[in-house]
Amino acid sequence: MGATPEIANIDDLVNRRIEELLPQKIEEALRQREESRTPSMAIIATKGTLDWAYPPFILGSTAAALGWDVSIFFTFYGLNLLKKDVSDLKVSPLGNPGMPMKMPFGPEWFKGINWNIPNLVQAGVPGFENLATVLMQQTIKNNGVATIEELRGLSQEADVKFIACQMTVELFGFSHDDFISGVDYAGAATFLPVAQQADVSLFM
Amino acid sequence: MNFDKELDARGLNCPLPILRAKKTLAELQPGQVLRIIATDPGSVKDFAAFAKQTGNELLGSGEKDKEFEFFLKRK
Repeated sequence: MGATPEIANIDDLVNRRIEELLPQKIEEALRQREESRTPSMAIIATKGTLDWAYPPFILGSTAAALGWDVSIFFTFYGLNLLKKDVSDLKVSPLGNPGMPMKMPFGPEWFKGINWNIPNLVQAGVPGFENLATVLMQQTIKNNGVATIEELRGLSQEADVKFIACQMTVELFGFSHDDFISGVDYAGAATFLPVAQQADVSLFM
Repeated sequence: MNFDKELDARGLNCPLPILRAKKTLAELQPGQVLRIIATDPGSVKDFAAFAKQTGNELLGSGEKDKEFEFFLKRK
């Protein structure tokens, strides 16, 4: 018992119409979903120096300004970035040949000199790191670059989530009182599902 | 071009012009226009990307004497 010719014809037409419409419908549904969803970013911040304090807060605050959901997970030396006082963050030129050593003051020709100071001297001169940090802070100021405190505050204002690694808090003998308020304390199992859902996931 | 509010971002560097613009836009009503003046050369591409991503239309932009101006219409 086969279908009558008319019915077979209708089935054929319906199938053809569905095949025509389906890609359009799917594309439209995907586009709508894409437009309505919020992008997200998950960052792991592991460094505790002045130079490395910038990337997580710059990208975090900017992503938040673009309307993204942002979480930053601070672990190991990255915990230093959550301390109440971040004015003591330092930068070390020692063993960092990529760091220009230029003076942030004086006439232009003087500012243009890249002081090529050997590692041995950098390591041997007491207070060399402090000097380099002061010079870097001045350079930051001269260039209208925000302070870490400012970028961190802007990030928090924009609802960037700060999560501190509880394990390293204990490992390094910190207490929650050492850190700014508004920080969650958790572990790897909290971060990974966040990172899994994130469009952008960065290790710094 | 007419605008309802102005943001002076001169001397500020990445990402501050964008962050300040985002904050100032929030003070405007939908449809109102914000004029931004900046000196950061990176802000030219950054404001175009910001407008595209957030849906706040970039009505126009220009450069004069190493200063950049942008007109953003609040979504």
